Amino acid sequence: MPGQPARTEPAEQKPAEQKPGPDRILRDTWYVFWREMLLPLRDPFSLVFSLLQPLVFLGLFGPLLGSAVGAPAFGGQSTLQWFLPGVVVMIALFGTSMTGSNLQYELMTGSYERILATPLSRSSLMIGRALKEWAPLVVQGLLISVVCIPFGFVFHPLHVLGGLIILGIFGIGLGALSYALALVSQNKEWIFWGVQQTLLFPLMILSGIMLPIEAGPEWMRVASLFNPLTYLVNAERELFAGGVGADTLYGLLAAVVTAAVGLVVGIRTISRNTN
Amino acid sequence: MIHTSKLTKTFVVKKETVEAVKAVDIDVAPGELVAFLGPNGAGKSTTLRMLTTLLKPTSGSATVAGLDVVADPAGVRARIGYIGQGNGGGHSYRVIDEMVMQGRFYGMNSTDAKARAEELLKSLDLADLAKRTVIKLSGGQRRRMDVALGLMHSPRLLFLDEPSTGMDPQNRANLWEHIMRMRAEHGTTIVLTTHYMDEADSMSERVIVIDHGTIIADNTAARLKADLAGDLLAVEVAAASAAEVRGLLGRAAAEGEVEEHAHDGVVRFRLRLSNGSRLAPELLRRMHDAGAPAQSLELKPPTLDDVFLELTGRSLREGADV
Repeated sequence: MPGQPARTEPAEQKPAEQKPGPDRILRDTWYVFWREMLLPLRDPFSLVFSLLQPLVFLGLFGPLLGSAVGAPAFGGQSTLQWFLPGVVVMIALFGTSMTGSNLQYELMTGSYERILATPLSRSSLMIGRALKEWAPLVVQGLLISVVCIPFGFVFHPLHVLGGLIILGIFGIGLGALSYALALVSQNKEWIFWGVQQTLLFPLMILSGIMLPIEAGPEWMRVASLFNPLTYLVNAERELFAGGVGADTLYGLLAAVVTAAVGLVVGIRTISRNTN
Repeated sequence: MIHTSKLTKTFVVKKETVEAVKAVDIDVAPGELVAFLGPNGAGKSTTLRMLTTLLKPTSGSATVAGLDVVADPAGVRARIGYIGQGNGGGHSYRVIDEMVMQGRFYGMNSTDAKARAEELLKSLDLADLAKRTVIKLSGGQRRRMDVALGLMHSPRLLFLDEPSTGMDPQNRANLWEHIMRMRAEHGTTIVLTTHYMDEADSMSERVIVIDHGTIIADNTAARLKADLAGDLLAVEVAAASAAEVRGLLGRAAAEGEVEEHAHDGVVRFRLRLSNGSRLAPELLRRMHDAGAPAQSLELKPPTLDDVFLELTGRSLREGADV
């Protein structure tokens, strides 16, 4: 108050809590994850609706695929058995690569800034958000697999679950990259969508999600070897068919590498943008 | 509560270095209510963002709530509340969910967070909207929710960045009523930025005027106005007595010039007078004695805009649009 002698408090000499411990990060990550989860929990139908697009692919594209390509390209499996794992990867790909747009929205309205001003640790902001991509993915993957059982899909529950876990790990990485992209393209929404769309389709086609890459020209087969999605799709196909082998291992590796790269890039981006 | 020393922030925009905040020294004691006043781009928000650890200072230091903003940003964040320019509630979330999560972010347990959220929503007239999604709230309701979010953990020090921008007068008054009540009840120290001079004038006890990244004045609104601006006096006299009055007014005006406009046989004089309300009757009497009676008189107390004009040569109103 004016007139009142200005008292300056001595800075407390207390050990600086600069680096939050792992328990703190874990707890903060859980809060961030939980806040994100509130959206699908409060509005579960949003999850179901987002399954419509993959169902359209399964129902309309699947039958065409069978007659256009011919059975030998699918390694002796039924078209559905071959195509379904690809569609599940597609759900993950679309869902997680778009999550940054949520953040972009929060950046514009100010709710991200409000959260930045809380004592939450910086890395938990990224890890929690990326982890959130996992849970709906598992639900969606299981749902769509069950829906396909009457149409001749042979359901191996444990293998499918394993496949979804690998996919979840991949989703964390891609989600984190998507968030980093949103942070970098702050106030320029078109950059976010431009980059996301430009990368999404080539990656998808070059992984053999839609059509067997083996049927393509040599250069495409070579290009697909550099695409982490290829290994992921192969792993999912092996697992959904009830097998576990080298493809699964490579897929897991690709997922872990994607997650590691995504989190490193994501946490760096988030810390560079704030104190 | 706040102590800064040569706090500086420079940005590099298109390879050019812009000094947004230039070596400012600020001291705020516990319980004070301080407004940073200045046009857009003056450096108010940048200063606030450094004090709230959202921006790292380029140089200089700042101690906020007893902790250094660079050495322990998380510690500072735990002790302060921050209400930014935007809306804090996520648009698709329910009001109560965001409130409870906010409490959790500050380390409250879920029972306490729920109780505190309900208490705040009630006192901010939002209790009926607890289960509504944020996007369905009106602008005024959203702003009150921002205040509620900022108060969840009962901070001893609260920062508000342009708290009432874009609100209609009724909602502004309502918002201030809530903030003042919180302050009266808990002795919260409040630091806010505003480019509404009337807000700085009526709400804060101390005004720090910032322009081009430096502090150009720091005092109570009343002192600033009395010292720097003075009352604005306008008198109209018949053209025939203009010469007499010109001499009288010239002697009365403490400093600055006397403006005059002649039209339709009447001359209108304008000048600044410190302590005008006391001097005006005497001035009228002298004019009367000199046979040059006033036809009309207008006396306006100074505003903070006049202070800003005096300090910078620019009006805050013009500055606000730049």
